[in-house]
Amino acid sequence: MPTRFRRTRAGVSVTFDVDEAGLLSRLIDELLELLDDSDAPTVEEDPLARSVGIGTASKLPGDPALARLFPDAYADDPEGAAEFRRYTEAGLREGKRADARAVQVGLAQAGGKQLLDPELAQAWLRTLNDLRLTIGTRLEVTQDMDEASFDSWADEDPRKPVFAVYSWLGWLQEMLVRSLW
Amino acid sequence: MAPAQARPDLEDELDVTLQTPWVTIVWNDPINLMSYVTYVFQTYFGYAKEKATKLMLDVHHKGRAVVSAGSREKMERDVEAMHSYGLWATLAKDD
Repeated sequence: MPTRFRRTRAGVSVTFDVDEAGLLSRLIDELLELLDDSDAPTVEEDPLARSVGIGTASKLPGDPALARLFPDAYADDPEGAAEFRRYTEAGLREGKRADARAVQVGLAQAGGKQLLDPELAQAWLRTLNDLRLTIGTRLEVTQDMDEASFDSWADEDPRKPVFAVYSWLGWLQEMLVRSLW
Repeated sequence: MAPAQARPDLEDELDVTLQTPWVTIVWNDPINLMSYVTYVFQTYFGYAKEKATKLMLDVHHKGRAVVSAGSREKMERDVEAMHSYGLWATLAKDD
């Protein structure tokens, strides 16, 4: 039975397929690795700065997937963008890591089924989205890339298995949004 | 028992009334699901489904939409929240 989300009276329940849960967990490992990238801003040594989550990053990350996860907040103001990044990126990274870890813990422990409280459901939603942003950026997904373009690629095209995973994550996320609405 | 009352943030309010307002802009991207973007607008901003859907469609068809307006500090919080959800957002002076 494929992994699925369902709305129940007690909240959204997720039923895992074992292989799919394993795949998701490996994808999350990769996401966590990316978020821990050497590109990552280190938190300021100053204890006061550290306590309020001020980091050292001021430039758009070089990795395109990280640049998509942490875009510039000011389109035409590099100084404003750098300042914003210094105050937010370390915290945003930590939030994404915490979401991803929470999902992964559930995948390992749930024994096939788990009831998601509202907070965990949001963590699932954001993590599925972060995975899609990361994989979609690597695939250079465009607005009109769809199942038809997938079919037009040669069987040995390395993008094919990746796009299949990307589409599956989209289907999971769509199902989760609909169960939460 | 009444919940603890926060002191009203007067500086924020003055910003809104006395200064040029700032806006949060969400940009179109080919990855985020339309349903998810609508859901985020409803959940974070508390917009009704109709308004959230209209904003999502504006993003999708026009390439961008202004999703909130207010003081610069408030817009920075909104942009940070949008980034936490994986939406591509920026802030700018509304002129």
